[in-house]
Amino acid sequence: MIRVKLPTHLRRLARVDGEVELDIDGEVSMSSVLDALESQYPVLRGTIRDQHTGERRAFVRYFACERDLSREPPDTPLPKQVMVGEEPLLIVGAMAGG
Amino acid sequence: MSGVRVLVGTRKGAFVLTSDGKRKDWDVSGPHFGGWEVYHVAGSPAEPDRLYASQSTAWFGQLIQRSDDGGKTWEPVGKDFTYEGDAGTHQYYDGSEVPWKFTRVWHLEPSLTDPDTVYAGIEDAGLFRTVDGGQTWQELPGLRAHGSGPQWQPGAGGLCLHTIIQHPTNTDRLTIAISAAGAFRTDDGGRTWQAINRGLKSDGIPDQDAEVGHCVHRIAMHPSRPDVLFMQKHWDVMRSDDAGDNWYEISGDLPTDFGFPIAVHAHEPDIVYVVPITSDSLHYPPEGRLRVYRSRTGGNEWEPLTNGLPQRDCYVNVLRDAMAVDTLDECGVYFGTTGGQVYASPDAGDTWAPIVSNLPSVLSVEVQTLP
Repeated sequence: MIRVKLPTHLRRLARVDGEVELDIDGEVSMSSVLDALESQYPVLRGTIRDQHTGERRAFVRYFACERDLSREPPDTPLPKQVMVGEEPLLIVGAMAGG
Repeated sequence: MSGVRVLVGTRKGAFVLTSDGKRKDWDVSGPHFGGWEVYHVAGSPAEPDRLYASQSTAWFGQLIQRSDDGGKTWEPVGKDFTYEGDAGTHQYYDGSEVPWKFTRVWHLEPSLTDPDTVYAGIEDAGLFRTVDGGQTWQELPGLRAHGSGPQWQPGAGGLCLHTIIQHPTNTDRLTIAISAAGAFRTDDGGRTWQAINRGLKSDGIPDQDAEVGHCVHRIAMHPSRPDVLFMQKHWDVMRSDDAGDNWYEISGDLPTDFGFPIAVHAHEPDIVYVVPITSDSLHYPPEGRLRVYRSRTGGNEWEPLTNGLPQRDCYVNVLRDAMAVDTLDECGVYFGTTGGQVYASPDAGDTWAPIVSNLPSVLSVEVQTLP
């Protein structure tokens, strides 16, 4: 079970409280986690990555285990603590004013 | 008694303001989509409880929301605005070539007759349409395929298609405007388009009366006289009597002819409203006095409307999509400001009062007249 923590705007959009839990068969990577997330919550398609190219939106970041994974290739396996549910994957809106 | 519903888009959400025909006491609901920019909210003329809203942020992109109960509840619908074919390039501010890229939906224009059909004007400038209530959107690619497309440049707010006018009876005719390309018209349902900018003159482009390149801020039309169009250009207030084929200036005695919105009285097609703004570098009213100007003569002669509007220390702006009229017997006029006020006049502009005074910066105002 993979734990994903979404930013407030996306939690409201997906109508979830707290963390999202996902079951993923096979390789656990950003790509497979986002596939599962968007499958479970179709409204999130396009809000984190481009609907067609899969490119991460410029103001979205991926953190886990105190590391910034934003620029890792999307198919890179996620840290083991994320794979086993010990640590959440954080999807974060970049800090900015306004 | 009939009433009105005012749909307000702001930098931090949407608000729905409702009142009876007296337009004195108001109910305010919102923010809907709090924290998101809502460029536009529009209702279907065919089914007034069907609303559409454009919701976006730079962080998480674009959503379209739909309500079937007059804004009480909303459901997200389709948000895929993919250009048809190879999108090609347009010009950046410095004239260099940049690829066409979707950024946001500026304006939603529901069909006059079908609640499931809506036109959407987007940035980078393109015209899309849904015929299934917003689930899917298809481009009308003939507009960008107009031969001038690669020469279009953005205005300061982006290369945005912000105005969509439907002919009241001829469904094949649409008139649109793009900052800073100009105005365009189709007479065959969007298959082909012609630039309709003859008579416009603009500083800031090499050829002041070029076919395209004009920063048109807004166009308004009265449905009883569809060939008469009124335009607030970056500078200059303009009029056409032949559906945009030719334009002439009607700025007349305005204190400044820079501004953004323009609107026409619901029952008097020669009564026109503008909000003069000092200049393109000073986006606030002259002398710190917020004045709507009304022409009763279709232009050239203008009178300031000040009763109830702040006449000192006022430095807000009124954006292009932030003025509208209702169709009650005594026409109501509404506008929103970048300072978060929404003003209403229940008597065609003679007197004004704020409906709300402390919203986020207002991007758009639409009005529905309810049975």
